[in-house]
Amino acid sequence: MSRGAEIVFDHVTKRYPGRDVAAVDDLSLEIPAGTFCVLVGPSGGGKTTALKMVNRLIDFDDGDIRIDGRSVRDFPPVELRRGIGYVIQQIGLFPHMTVRDNVATVPRLLGWSREKTAERVAELIELVGLDAADGARYPAELSGGQRQRVGLARALAADPPLLLMDEPFGALDPITRTRLQIEVRRLHREVGTTIIFVTHDIDEAVTMGDRVAIIRQGGRLAQYDTPDAILARPADDFVAAFVGEDRALRRLALHTVASLPLDACHTVSQASSDPLPRVGSDSTVRSAVSSMIEAGTDAAVVVDRAGSEVGVLRLSRAHELVG
Amino acid sequence: MDDDGPVIPDFGEGSSCVTDNRTFCWDWAREHWGDTLQPAVLQHLWLTAIAIAIGFVLAFGLALLAHRVRRVEHPIGVGAALLYTIPSLALFQLLVPLTGITTTTVEIALVAYTLVILYPNIVAGLDGAPPEVVEAARGMGLTRRQVLTRVELPLAVPAIVGGLRIAVVSTIAIATIAAFLLPKGLGYPIFYAIKLPEPFKTEIYAAGALAIGLALLCDGGLVLLRRALVPWARKGGA
Repeated sequence: MSRGAEIVFDHVTKRYPGRDVAAVDDLSLEIPAGTFCVLVGPSGGGKTTALKMVNRLIDFDDGDIRIDGRSVRDFPPVELRRGIGYVIQQIGLFPHMTVRDNVATVPRLLGWSREKTAERVAELIELVGLDAADGARYPAELSGGQRQRVGLARALAADPPLLLMDEPFGALDPITRTRLQIEVRRLHREVGTTIIFVTHDIDEAVTMGDRVAIIRQGGRLAQYDTPDAILARPADDFVAAFVGEDRALRRLALHTVASLPLDACHTVSQASSDPLPRVGSDSTVRSAVSSMIEAGTDAAVVVDRAGSEVGVLRLSRAHELVG
Repeated sequence: MDDDGPVIPDFGEGSSCVTDNRTFCWDWAREHWGDTLQPAVLQHLWLTAIAIAIGFVLAFGLALLAHRVRRVEHPIGVGAALLYTIPSLALFQLLVPLTGITTTTVEIALVAYTLVILYPNIVAGLDGAPPEVVEAARGMGLTRRQVLTRVELPLAVPAIVGGLRIAVVSTIAIATIAAFLLPKGLGYPIFYAIKLPEPFKTEIYAAGALAIGLALLCDGGLVLLRRALVPWARKGGA
């Protein structure tokens, strides 16, 4: 699979005529190759504009955007776009084409052979978790979640080194949304593509991103760091307010129980009046703490997938994590 | 006109049905199918086909232009609508000095009327592609022409065929007035029979029924065409 591309926003500014405030103001960001970078901020803050400037659906006024060192302005727009996957909230599948033909769009534009295209399309349909039989169906026959899977497969078809995702799960129900979030993370690990992902949901941002860029109104960068660092040390009041007062809990949600040091089971006295709650080793520290609070204890028994006890998590470990 | 006109019903030697000029005489219709009715049907079909073909090409070209150059969209639509307001008989009178008493004159009038139906339908069809579909197409690197041919045009097919259905049915009806000018089409037997001292009912009803039948048949054909061209619209909710 291809390596991801390195993306650099270099003092990029975009102004719309007749508006005083810039849509994107002097934005600089370095996104290392293969990074899952989330742009998050309030609605209308310029995130989507920033994203669309990368594939030149919107042209910027000042500064530059470089992909692997080459300015996006050096490419003819059509050629540039064929090398960048693009996923949008409304999906935009071609209603008159089957799933297979939708996914085959960019390979066909690039002039791939029939065999190579068919092979790749079949591979992608499986990769995004659709049935091979779905390939012959039309978008109108699919559920919202299935459609966005097709949108994802279509964007990944030519194995682009960069994937742009504009609020891709915004229109999905919470269950479908969570499932697709997990799958996109998995896809990112498997494929290694650089992803720039726009959302207004801070929870989605910190659970999905390797790096999170918080964009405030007027397209100005408020903070750019790892999710953990942003939750631990908000750069200013705006970021602190945006990530919310429960940011300590959000941080706990970024870690699994298994990533913390556990104590041996016998160290906890059996005399404890309340029975300790049991938590899975792959659940988040946040949900483990929740279980402890609910049970009125300061520790929980950690069990593995098979159900056997592997240790005890003390509440103090969670304090150490966020303290 | 009598030289190439339909056979004059012979009240002296026809059946009693014909001599009594009853509502409808099957024997007359059978006897004159070959020399009167069938040629009229074929002429009528031909008048309609030419008008629709030329009208469609013109409307399609104008619609593509309007789709590309927004500011001409409205003026073209108004122009087509104005043409439609001219009564057809008046239009014939205007055209005869230029193009004479010819099929061309009839076709110009018929084409003008198809434009007002076809043009807005094609424009609406081309503009009807959902914006997110067009955005996705552009974002994937389709050129402007590819967006048109691979996305906007296929999605416009239902609207275009819808326009064609109305245009064909109305042209079949309007084409009967060609008989004001020429002994052609299903209008001619009707006019001929009306002008007789005692209007001959069978011929009027036969030609009228054939015009209706022709319209229904062509409309049905276009419905089948739409089904063949738009397999995706039958599935699910699209």
